[in-house]
Amino acid sequence: MTLARETLTINMGPQHPSTHGVLRLVLELEGEVIVSCQPVIGYLHTGIEKEMENRTYHQNIALVDRIEYLSSYHEELAYCMAVEKLLGVEVPKRAQYIRVILCELNRIASHLVWLGTTGIDLNVSSLLMYCFRDRERILELSEMVSGQRMMPGYFRIGGVAADLPEEFEPAARQFLEEFPRRLDEYEAMLTDNLIWRRRHEGVAVLSREDALAYGVTGPTLRGSGIAYDVRKAFPYSSYDDFEFDVPTGERGDAFDRYRVRMEEMRQSRRIVLQALDRLPLGPVITGDRKVALPPRAELVRSMEAVIHQFKLVSEGIHPPKGEVYAAVESPRGEKGYYIVSDGSNRPVRVRVRAPSFSNLQALPAMVRGGMLADVVVAIASIDIVLGDVDR
Amino acid sequence: MSTALTPVQEFLAERLGPDALEAHAFRGDVTVVVDRERLPEALRWLRDEPWWFEVLTDLTAWDRYPAEPRFEVVYHLLSLRRRERLRIKTRVPGHDPVVPSAVPVFAGANWFEREVWDLFGIRFTGHPNLVRILMPDDWEGHPLRRDYPLTEEPVEFRGHVPKVPSQIVPRVPPPGEDP
Repeated sequence: MTLARETLTINMGPQHPSTHGVLRLVLELEGEVIVSCQPVIGYLHTGIEKEMENRTYHQNIALVDRIEYLSSYHEELAYCMAVEKLLGVEVPKRAQYIRVILCELNRIASHLVWLGTTGIDLNVSSLLMYCFRDRERILELSEMVSGQRMMPGYFRIGGVAADLPEEFEPAARQFLEEFPRRLDEYEAMLTDNLIWRRRHEGVAVLSREDALAYGVTGPTLRGSGIAYDVRKAFPYSSYDDFEFDVPTGERGDAFDRYRVRMEEMRQSRRIVLQALDRLPLGPVITGDRKVALPPRAELVRSMEAVIHQFKLVSEGIHPPKGEVYAAVESPRGEKGYYIVSDGSNRPVRVRVRAPSFSNLQALPAMVRGGMLADVVVAIASIDIVLGDVDR
Repeated sequence: MSTALTPVQEFLAERLGPDALEAHAFRGDVTVVVDRERLPEALRWLRDEPWWFEVLTDLTAWDRYPAEPRFEVVYHLLSLRRRERLRIKTRVPGHDPVVPSAVPVFAGANWFEREVWDLFGIRFTGHPNLVRILMPDDWEGHPLRRDYPLTEEPVEFRGHVPKVPSQIVPRVPPPGEDP
């Protein structure tokens, strides 16, 4: 007697805790083995790109925060860099360093969310509490600087909104001093844990060839052994002033991606410490009055300043006609902005190059031929933010 | 705008002849505009030796409405070995928005092209599965076109009258058009 073999199609998501947002996967199974996987996205599509075409360059800063909401500082940096490139404006050194400090702290916070949620997916639920305890410290630092824990709106075109407050440096240093011990603790808990290793090792393997073909970036690409990091390849915002390593994996499995991210947190700490040590003095926003608001005190003395203030507030910036692409290394990979300007005060087109979008596209290649339970690990290991995928 | 061409721009200009429509650099971003018929072969040359633009970082489009040719499809390429970026563009008329697909050259172009179809209504011939990706399957229209209005959705509660697009954001006429 022969049994008929047929595949079973199941639906995972969009409401499923391990999809990290609203992601739907249509999985075709043969027993427990995945035959095909088809991600269905768009549940969080908010039309931000369309919205941005109808707002001034400055107003858009508030919108970009909401795209990759776990790393808003990177989002703002990429957007501001693109507009600055369009304008051809220089950012003062101090502002560049402040941006680096906040971005790297933000990277640690974002990776901590990844670690905690991966823990939940693999039933290590206490890990989330530990990670959120540390992340809370970073959110407090963010609040100190910008008044906001998330969605800071702190970077400005040409610099940052205000200088660092006095209490920031000691608080940041104290956190950074305690942080490696915490990381050691987590690694002691996970790296040599048999369950953790079995769930990660050899799971969701992404080959170098596939990674390149799908345009995968960030820790997911570096886990596959390609040392591409925008901070090193195309240094921006003074990243070439700092010493740091770009960790890479070898096998391209979930465990390599885990190790890459853990090491990245240590490297980010290294960068922040160097930036704090060498933080130059000077202005935190460009002196170009066509780009940045004049200081408050000038308004009472100078008619020019009043005119500039009025023009910037009522109309905004008028960049020259042209198109630019600027990219930063966000915690998920290359976050790029492609902006087309027609010379008016609103962009004609703002395209957000979303790292999670490309990384998610490689998911079917990672899970094909694997077990159903490993899909959860695969999703966690590419660290997607659905706001970034759908925009 | 600089007048000196980079090596890759010279290569494309030479290989494509008059089909390389334009080559320029703005703020250090190197751009070549290619005729859409020659696009797949140009991308294939660039992907392989000696240029190694192996990564398609981004593929998108923008609407130049009401100018013609109406759309520009934009490809951002990245060469890891040469640490270089390159932007390839192609122009598409509004009455016939069709471009040959880049999926045979870059597997990652699949979703990008679906997104461009979804939001701009540009078709890619040879694409394996050209269906909407971000908008619902039964959506009408292509939202990122410039003539697609930005509207408010009607809401459930009473007492709220949805605004018409011009009340939300006044339309800015493109340069050259009378307001």
